[in-house]
Amino acid sequence: MNQQRRNVMRITSVLGAAFAAGLLKPADVFAAEWSQRVFDAKTLEAAVKELGGDKFTVSTDVSITGPDIAENGAVVPVSIASKAPNTDFMAILVEKNPSAVSASFTIPAGTEPAVTTRVKMGATSNVHALVRADGKWLVASKEIKVTLGGCGG
Amino acid sequence: MADPMRIRASTAGDTVEVKILMRHDMETGQRKDASGKVVPAHYIKTLVAKVKDKVVFDANFGPSVSKDPFLSFKFKGAAKGDKVSVTWVDSAGDTRTDEGVIS
Repeated sequence: MNQQRRNVMRITSVLGAAFAAGLLKPADVFAAEWSQRVFDAKTLEAAVKELGGDKFTVSTDVSITGPDIAENGAVVPVSIASKAPNTDFMAILVEKNPSAVSASFTIPAGTEPAVTTRVKMGATSNVHALVRADGKWLVASKEIKVTLGGCGG
Repeated sequence: MADPMRIRASTAGDTVEVKILMRHDMETGQRKDASGKVVPAHYIKTLVAKVKDKVVFDANFGPSVSKDPFLSFKFKGAAKGDKVSVTWVDSAGDTRTDEGVIS
């Protein structure tokens, strides 16, 4: 009886350790893999490189909307949209955050390339909308001023 | 277990607009608590929305998405009464799935 319980405990602790070590990632089930390298990128250039692109161009087909001044950096609403045909990937980057990439989105056929979410901003910074359309990387940027930072505490 | 998401999906013509409000602390791993200890990072990493088993939206989050994340997107190819199923997985391996009916 006691031995059985011990075995159960052993198995669960091994599984727990595997999760902790990142050997078993629940995220693996999903299509677009979550990449630490992408989310560690410090700049727009580095992020594009990690995502498999080499260069990007500023484009008027991409739009980014958000407040000019955000009083609370912990909650900054940002919308990004693309008019470029065959947009299949979009991302929001905050240049001055500890890691630039906030969120990335995979856009399947039938889904509109327009996303709204809320991000944290540590300080006044340029915010970029990055879009991949037809294999090209397009960017639009906007400066958002932050009165009260939302990173750290 | 995490708190449920609020999912609202409504049709406008042939487009469905989905709004999702998740309940999650989204700890960055940079914040310190009152005793000066760093609060470990804990945030949603991936989110997938499906309609009739077809993926309509797929998002990866970093720690800089706001607490209680909000997300809105639009897609085509679903009708009133269809269900949108949303699943997220966070950095601790927790997961949650909720459904919303398109109205």
